[in-house]
This record gives sequence, C-alpha cells and structure tokens, in this order.
Amino acid sequence: MARFIERHPAWALIVIIAVAVLAWLVFAIWPPGLEAAIGRKRVFLNAVLNGITLGGLYFLVASGFTLIFGLMRNVNLAHGSLYLFGGYIGYAISTWTGSWILGFIIAFIAVALVGVILQLAVFRRMEGQDLRQTMVTIGLSIVFADLMLWVFGGDFYQVQTPSWLIGPVQLPLLTAIKSSGEPVYLQYPLVRLVIFLASVVIGIAMWLALNRTRIGMIVRAGVDDRDILAATGVRIQLVFVLVFALGAGLAGIAGVVGGTFQSLSPGEDTRFLLASLVVVIVGGMGSIPGAALGAVIIGLAEQLGSVYIPTYAIVVTFLIMVLVLALRPQGLLARR
Amino acid sequence: MSLLQSTQFRPDPSTSTTRRALLRAWPEFQNPAAWLVALILVIMPLIANGFFLIEIFATTLILGVIALSLMFLAGYGGMVSLMQLTIAGFAGYMVAVFGVSGNANISLGWPWWLATPMALALATLFGTLGGALAVRTEGIYTIMITLAIGAAFYYFTNQNWAIFNGHTGINTVATPHFWGVDWRTDIAFYYVTLGVAAICYFAVQYVSRAPFGLALQGVRDNPRRMAALGFNPNAHRIAAYAFAAFIAALGGVLQVWNYRQISPGSVSVGACIDVLIIAVVGGITRPIGPFIGALIFVLLRTFALDVLIKLGLDGNRFRLLIGLGFLAIVFWSSDGVIGLWERWRRRNASSTQRSGGGRHG
Repeated sequence: MARFIERHPAWALIVIIAVAVLAWLVFAIWPPGLEAAIGRKRVFLNAVLNGITLGGLYFLVASGFTLIFGLMRNVNLAHGSLYLFGGYIGYAISTWTGSWILGFIIAFIAVALVGVILQLAVFRRMEGQDLRQTMVTIGLSIVFADLMLWVFGGDFYQVQTPSWLIGPVQLPLLTAIKSSGEPVYLQYPLVRLVIFLASVVIGIAMWLALNRTRIGMIVRAGVDDRDILAATGVRIQLVFVLVFALGAGLAGIAGVVGGTFQSLSPGEDTRFLLASLVVVIVGGMGSIPGAALGAVIIGLAEQLGSVYIPTYAIVVTFLIMVLVLALRPQGLLARR
Repeated sequence: MSLLQSTQFRPDPSTSTTRRALLRAWPEFQNPAAWLVALILVIMPLIANGFFLIEIFATTLILGVIALSLMFLAGYGGMVSLMQLTIAGFAGYMVAVFGVSGNANISLGWPWWLATPMALALATLFGTLGGALAVRTEGIYTIMITLAIGAAFYYFTNQNWAIFNGHTGINTVATPHFWGVDWRTDIAFYYVTLGVAAICYFAVQYVSRAPFGLALQGVRDNPRRMAALGFNPNAHRIAAYAFAAFIAALGGVLQVWNYRQISPGSVSVGACIDVLIIAVVGGITRPIGPFIGALIFVLLRTFALDVLIKLGLDGNRFRLLIGLGFLAIVFWSSDGVIGLWERWRRRNASSTQRSGGGRHG
C-alpha cells in the first residue's frame, strides 16, 4: 500500500478521493440539492449494495475461471456452461429435497466431477496447445448448452430461497430523516447479504489456502512456471485435476447463487461467461485478488449504470475494460 | 472472373515469362478442379432453383466471406478474433441506419450508393479500433477480448433504442435497385454475392503472397525476430485487422441485403462462435477453407432438421450435431476438412507409389 502511494502518488490521490466521495455518499444524509439532481438516496444505496452483492456472485464465477487460466493457461470458455449446469443441479436438488444447503453441496460436487472428467479426458490430451484447448471448450459449451436445453427446456427457473433467509433486514445506513425527526434506515434483502458474506468467506479461504498451505504454494509455483515445478518432482497432473475441480465447483456454487438471486435460463451461460471474461481482463488474469477487485468494479458499474443511464449500462462496463486495456493491458492486479 | 481468364489466355507470344510469373502468383490457374468449381458456380442459376440459389449457395458465400476474414486473421496473423461477425453485423446495421428501411424514425434514407460505402468505412473503422485494442495483449487473450467486444455489442444493440432499435431490430431494409435491375432478385443477387466472394477470395490470396502478407506471417511465427528486423509487429497486426474488417463488412452488407432485416439475434454470441466454427471446420490455413466450412454449416443447418426427424430423432438437436462435429474436427484434424482431405490424398498417393510393396498400417 505504502509502496503504491510512493510510486503512483497521482493515482493514489484519485483513489483516495473516490473512496472518500463514495463513503460520504453512503453515510451522509444527502442535501436536498443533490437529491434533486440525481434522485433519492435509497435508490443509490440499493444500487451500490446490489452492485457489491452482484460483485460477490461475479467473484465466485470468475475466481474459478482465473484460477484455471492462471495454472493451466486454459481459457475455459465452457465456464458459463458449468455455471448454468450447477444452477440447474442446485434447482433440481433443492426442489426435490427441500434443502437449499444440500443444493449447494451437490452442485459443487457434481460440477467438480464434470471438471475432473473434462481435465482427465480432454484437456490432459492436448496440454500446451492453448488455442486447441480453447476451441474444444467452445465446442463443449455448444454441446452443453444444447444438452441442458434438451433436459430443462427454455423455461425460467428460480431456486427457492429458504424461509429463514426470506425478508428484508434493517441496515444501520440512514437514507433520510422524516420531518418528525425520525431516522429512516435502509431495508435490504437478507439473502443477498448472506450470500455476499459467504462469497467473501470463500474468497478469504481461497486466499489463505493459496498463501498459507503447501498445496497453495505448489499452485502458486505452477502459475509462475509449471515446467520447473514439474521438474522438481511435484505430481503436476494431480494438481491440475484438483484445481480444475475446484474452479468448476466454484462455478457450480455460483450457479446456485445466481439461481437464487436472479433466475436460470438458456443464455445465462453466455452472460456469465462474458462477465467473468471482463472481470478477469480488468482484474488481471490468474490473480485471485484481481478477480475480487474486478468483480466489485464490474458489479458496481453494471448496477449503477442500469439505474442512472439505463440504455448505456453495458457500455460503461465495456469502457472500463477498454480503459484498463489501454492503461494497464495485463490487468489491474496482475504481476506481469 | 472473366477478366482474369482473358489475361491468362491472351495469345501474345512475348508474355511467356509474365505468364510464368502469373502462374507462380496464382497457382489455382493450373488446377483443373478449381476451373471446374468456378464454372459450376458461374452456371449455378441454370442448375439450381431459387431456394437452393439463395438459401444454400448465396448464404454459403456470405458466411464464407465473413469466415474468410477470420481465416485471414487466424491463418496468416495467428490472431483468432471472435468479433468478425460483430463487424459484419455493425456494417449491416449501418446500412439499415443510413439507408432506407421500414423504421423511418431511425433510417436516414440515404441512397444505397452513399449508405453502403459509409457503412463499409464505419465498420472498417470499428474493426480497426477493436483490433488496436486486441493487439495490446497476445495469443490466447485475443479470443477473450474479441469475444468480450462481440458480446458487449450484442447486449448494447439489445439495450439501445435510439440507433439500433432494441431487440426488434430494423426491418424491411431497402436493397439496391439501379440500371433497371432489382439486385435482390434471386439470380442477380446470387451473382452479386459470387462476385464479392470471388474478389475477397482473390484479394486474400493476393495479400497472403504480397510483402505485407509475408511480413504478417513472419509476425505470426516470431514477432520478436520481426521486430529486430525493423518491422513493427503491432502495426502489421492492426493493418491485418483493418483488412479483415473490410472483408467482414462486405459480408455484413450482403447479409443485410439478403435477409432485408437485422436484429440483435444476427450479432449474438452464438452467431459469432458459428463463424469460428465455420472457419475451423473448413480449415484456417487456406482461403478456400471458410467457404467449404460455410457450405457444410449451411447444409447442416438447413437439412439436419429433416434428416434427424426422418431418422426418428428429435429435430431440434441440430446444434448438438454441429457442436459434436466441431469437437470431432478439433480433436482429429487441426486443419479442418482441408487437412483431412490432404492427409487422405497423401496417404493415397503414397500407397499407389508403394503398391508393389506391402502397405503399412
């Protein structure tokens, strides 16, 4: 942090000012002039919270994507299909057993198994041929999309939120003060907050696993130079399978989360593939903290954009990507 | 095509050296099969009826032109760009926006000879800018960035009503009508697409052997060495994107004239990927590959439904068929159908040579 401020004082200043403005917008009671200019504070706060929680969901999808890419140089364009598959599995299990949590567990295991099969049966046979692997993932995404359309049809599905998570919760954030002097606090759906917290926990757990354990050390070494790692006697194929399973499983979990937040239908796979592409391009490919930062930026941009400039919301996301590519082609938090 | 024919058979005794140079530059002219294909394509309206002429052959040529632009980038530049269909779609949208269409509140109503060059220029600019963005990263990243551009354009056309008319798109786009000919009647339109496809094919063929194309192939194989030799790799790559964007834009203009409407569905992510499938299935090492791939794709798309139903299967599973076929091609032949054909021919040739001895398994 201190080094960043020393090396880029101008950027640091801009970031600090932006954070301060955002904090003021979130915590202060808006003066009437501001409310007249850009609308109610409640709308703004909802958009910010929606953006951050959506960022949590994007992080779940993109972290698996970036992990697989970082270690195996495999641009898995079937990642969106894994997301949708996980969502459908979660929906089927949770309606069948009535247990939301069980839906998560089964979705993780099922999609991780698909990942293991893919790695063992397909990608292992064309190791080092990046382009061919990517083409194969494109073919797989078409096949998966059609198979899922066959089984589940074109309907919209929504995973049932468990009863203990339904309903809003009051947050200690003031939105306005009534004329009687009574403060009005923001109401926000509990389930989104819980899911966001869960994704933060998952993110921290991943960070700890990568930075504090032996297997994490092996994975990080593999990201840097997998040939030398293999030469030191590590069974790299096993590591590849494990990482692919973890990345796919995370996409599966994200599918259940997305099915609860939003809905599942054909076409969602492409949407989330695009989201994870943009997130990892912005954050830096192969970097977990980069995926987290990128996910929050893209989630916020999408939600704030759709509230304040509805017809150009997608352009904002895209402009962020262009800006990052122009200024820092390797991504915000990538090392190279 | 007749022009080229006359240059080759000009009865001028002093041209033997130039003729040899010409043959070296255009080896197709020595291949009788190429002449046969060209002849069949030219007399096609005598053989095929309107449905086959437009729905199969003109559609094949249009998709082939768009896939050809991808083949040029991927085969000679080593850059797999998934935004070629997006550029084509952008050109189509621009034709609809500047020209005449059923949505009078959007279309500016320019005549076709003004609207079309405008659309081509804007689409080329769009593709060049996208390329300039994509060359900032390398290799495998190109796919991600171009896919992101394509997807962003698709969602943008869905959201924007002022220019792109949202998800309904722009309908009843006017087609050119001059010299007393309606160029959208089946036979006239077929010849227009055939002409454009032939020009694009020979242009790509020519550029691949011109100094620029050779330098581009050098950049593909070893950018560092080319930079050391004094070439600017990124400038070559961006120029390649510009050239490919122009070809894709031509395809896009033809496509909007063919369907007379354009909507976000025409630029969807699936359609972008279809172009990649066409190029890869056909083979991305030679300009003829995309056209072969497009023919296979169009035939599958048109007839798979009937064939599947006749076999007692679910006709809606045609995309599954395409996906599996694509996977099979990627698995077994990195060079598409052309690669399979060449391998088969080489094996045949070697087995006839060795016909006296035993054949090797």
